[in-house]
Amino acid sequence: MTPVRLADVEVGTELPEQTSRITRADLVRYAGASGDFNVIHWNERVAVEVGLPGVIAHGMLTAGIAARAVTQWAGDPGAVVDYQVRFSRPVVVPDDDAGAELTVRGRVAALLEDGRVRVDLAVTSGGEKVLSLARAVIALS
Amino acid sequence: MALDPGLVGRSYPPSAVYEVGREKIAEFATALGDPDPVYRDPAAARAAGHLDVIAPPTFAIVLSLGAGNVVVEDPEVGIDYSRVVHGEQRFTHHRPIRAGDRLVATAAIDAVKTVAGNDMLTTRVDLATEDGEPVCTTHSMLVARGQK
Repeated sequence: MTPVRLADVEVGTELPEQTSRITRADLVRYAGASGDFNVIHWNERVAVEVGLPGVIAHGMLTAGIAARAVTQWAGDPGAVVDYQVRFSRPVVVPDDDAGAELTVRGRVAALLEDGRVRVDLAVTSGGEKVLSLARAVIALS
Repeated sequence: MALDPGLVGRSYPPSAVYEVGREKIAEFATALGDPDPVYRDPAAARAAGHLDVIAPPTFAIVLSLGAGNVVVEDPEVGIDYSRVVHGEQRFTHHRPIRAGDRLVATAAIDAVKTVAGNDMLTTRVDLATEDGEPVCTTHSMLVARGQK
């Protein structure tokens, strides 16, 4: 993908919308890759016992998938100098082949000093916001 | 149980060295469903101006999870891990993490507060090379939901 250039960006510039699906298999894969083996991400019985609607995705899996929308737009993942998220609602992942849908929209919210821009993301699953804040600062040239 | 405000500023000894491997980075990128060659192909990474394959922006969670455990397991913090959920996460990158980095993680307690019976604990983890070059700073806010 062609890297976005600072000259092409203004406040309000929108990132391409990204839609992906998270299945139980994705949770297992992410658990192994990240080392986060919390049982609420793979065991329905325990998830329900602790009061959750079911098995939920790792917050950092959701955040990592959301960051993809930024790194692909920026063209270089190394351009991301700051990334912060606030988890507001769990992404429940059903035990079926379709899994949960995750939609990521983003827009340039501010032009900062030194060629840096702030991108604010809106991350939803089933129409509900799952991150109440998701914000990246990227250094463009 | 309310967290003791006196915990703020407490720091913990540095971790053992974690050597970042190309295969671990590729595994993590695959788990995010991200096909970017800069995570897998050293030639593609060099063409993008990096010394070796770099890690996705959230890869530092692998190290900060481990380093943050010393805080969660500190008996004087006394947080009930079975009631903990991840509230917030932030990564500030001083430069991208790349394969071959030998990183040391140092954890400290940045903030504590109790709101409506829920304990909120913010841990900062500084990742630096073993030679002391700062690489990434992470902030993790955990919420321990209060007993009803």
